[in-house]
Amino acid sequence: MNTSTNTLILDFEKTIFEIETKIESLKYLAQDENVDISQEVTRLQHKLEKQMRASYSNLSPWQKSQVARHPSRPHCLDYVHALIEDFTPLSGDRCFADDEAMVGGIGRFQGVSVVVLGQEKGHDIESRVRYNFGMAKPEGYRKAQRLMDMANKFNMPVIAFVDTSGAFPGVEAEARGQAEAIASSIEKCLQINVPIISVVIGEGGSGGAIAIATANRVLMLEHSIYSVISPEGCASILWRSADKVKEATEALKLTAQDLRRLGVIDEIIAEPVGGAHRNPAQTIERVGECIAKHLKELMAQSRDEIKKRRTEKFLRMGRHFAESK
Amino acid sequence: MNWLSDFVRPKIKKIATKDIADNLWTKCPQCGKMLFNKELEKNDFICSGCDHHLRLPLDRRFSMLFDNGEYKLITLPKLQEDPLNFKDSKKYTDRLRSYRKNTGNDDAIKVAQGEIGGITCIIAALDFGFMGGSMGTVVGEGIVKAGDIAVRGGYPLITIAASGGARMQEGILSLMQMARTTAAVNMVKEKGLPFISIMTDPTTGGVSASFAMLGDVNIAEKGCVIGFAGARVIEQTIREKLPEGFQKAEYLKEHGMVDIVTRRPEMRKTLIRVISILTHRQPQIKQLAIESK
Repeated sequence: MNTSTNTLILDFEKTIFEIETKIESLKYLAQDENVDISQEVTRLQHKLEKQMRASYSNLSPWQKSQVARHPSRPHCLDYVHALIEDFTPLSGDRCFADDEAMVGGIGRFQGVSVVVLGQEKGHDIESRVRYNFGMAKPEGYRKAQRLMDMANKFNMPVIAFVDTSGAFPGVEAEARGQAEAIASSIEKCLQINVPIISVVIGEGGSGGAIAIATANRVLMLEHSIYSVISPEGCASILWRSADKVKEATEALKLTAQDLRRLGVIDEIIAEPVGGAHRNPAQTIERVGECIAKHLKELMAQSRDEIKKRRTEKFLRMGRHFAESK
Repeated sequence: MNWLSDFVRPKIKKIATKDIADNLWTKCPQCGKMLFNKELEKNDFICSGCDHHLRLPLDRRFSMLFDNGEYKLITLPKLQEDPLNFKDSKKYTDRLRSYRKNTGNDDAIKVAQGEIGGITCIIAALDFGFMGGSMGTVVGEGIVKAGDIAVRGGYPLITIAASGGARMQEGILSLMQMARTTAAVNMVKEKGLPFISIMTDPTTGGVSASFAMLGDVNIAEKGCVIGFAGARVIEQTIREKLPEGFQKAEYLKEHGMVDIVTRRPEMRKTLIRVISILTHRQPQIKQLAIESK
């Protein structure tokens, strides 16, 4: 188990962490003193597994938000490097700049030529700054549009990995038309005739997320979140208090399970016990399998059908008629 | 503690506050001038001191744009209320009830059909007075319905935005309305019909980042605020003062985001010109004669 990278210990993970540390130190001791500890380790590992199952099968929406934002969770480029052969990053919006927060490029997914999009949050201070913490600017959304046009032209499906707290709020982003860039990106998603599959791998933050998630299929990892506003933002606006963040998280219904119930997403991808950050490789593999399954279904549809069904799906979003009295 | 403060003063105070509360006067939010409400109404809710455009009631907006002020309101289907069972300091259903009572409208949108310069058009307009014009499933339904009628009848579609953005109380479903309304206006555009987006104060958040920015022609009302992120959020992020005129209609035009910035009294004329040119039709001059001002 990949415990060494778990630098952040979430509050509900304390017991888990204690057992993990115990196992580690036992192993360390055994190296030195050459004693047989296998029985004790097995016992602890059982206990650990039980504890993780118990905690993770019952996470509150706020706890899920913390897991979704865990810094050791696999990020966009981890998926791209593991799942996309010959990945070739493409840069720039041809208008202003290249936005590294928005990953874009071409490659092969299980032998099929695809366009890849996604927000990258980075894994250390240096890379987080470089990727602007996964918050794209207008040039990022314009790069996405350009690549979606390319996908359409060369008949390549689009795979998008969504992981952003939201589009970047800043003076320059506004000056260059953040609103227009997001709006046009949504519109582009609706205009192209190739399949789009979006996977929310961590945080699906508002307009910045839906700009690349107006997709034929929207998949979500078990402990990821997708919301119209961050829990913090919602708490400060509606409750006028940052302390009410847990209440806001509950009220927003932002978990994968809630979204599935509301009919907004198509499938939940189960995470390994203890969350994606405990076993990135297995998480990525499962995501790959799920994308493959949906891609196969979508590639059986005609180009016109792909576009038509996507539009019809979004035209129906939230259209639940009141029962006539 | 003398007879003046005990006696006379409170009475005067009472009379004075009562008069203002009775909606006789409105203070211009920009220059602070006290405006007599009847005058303000005559002046299309524009400040006579600084030309600031105050918010305009929806019905007035419609009657200013349609020929002879005549239009037909489109009934929207009833949707299931409060899909998330949302409650903050107050229940969402209670909020809805009180806004309905105060505005007389079911939600933050009205859809109307009528002629503009003799050309039949559909207008979907947001009402800032109803929960800040926020976009939930009912607003989405309104835009879809408007788009649908436009496509079926071959009419131009006009949207008038006045909104703080998505309606948080409807959570993810309100975010989905961004894609939904975009799909609706895209349907109109792909039919080769004109889609004109009018932005009024304010057009921000999820509304500006969806249908409102996607007009074949984007028209902004003078001085209105348009943007994605709120000014306060940006200030907190960058910790510096925002530039003069930031996120105002004129700023947006300078930065290439809107085609035309117009004063409210000229909006109808502008619309007639744009729509008649795009539809290859001659506007009916007779009806042009009764411009509001």
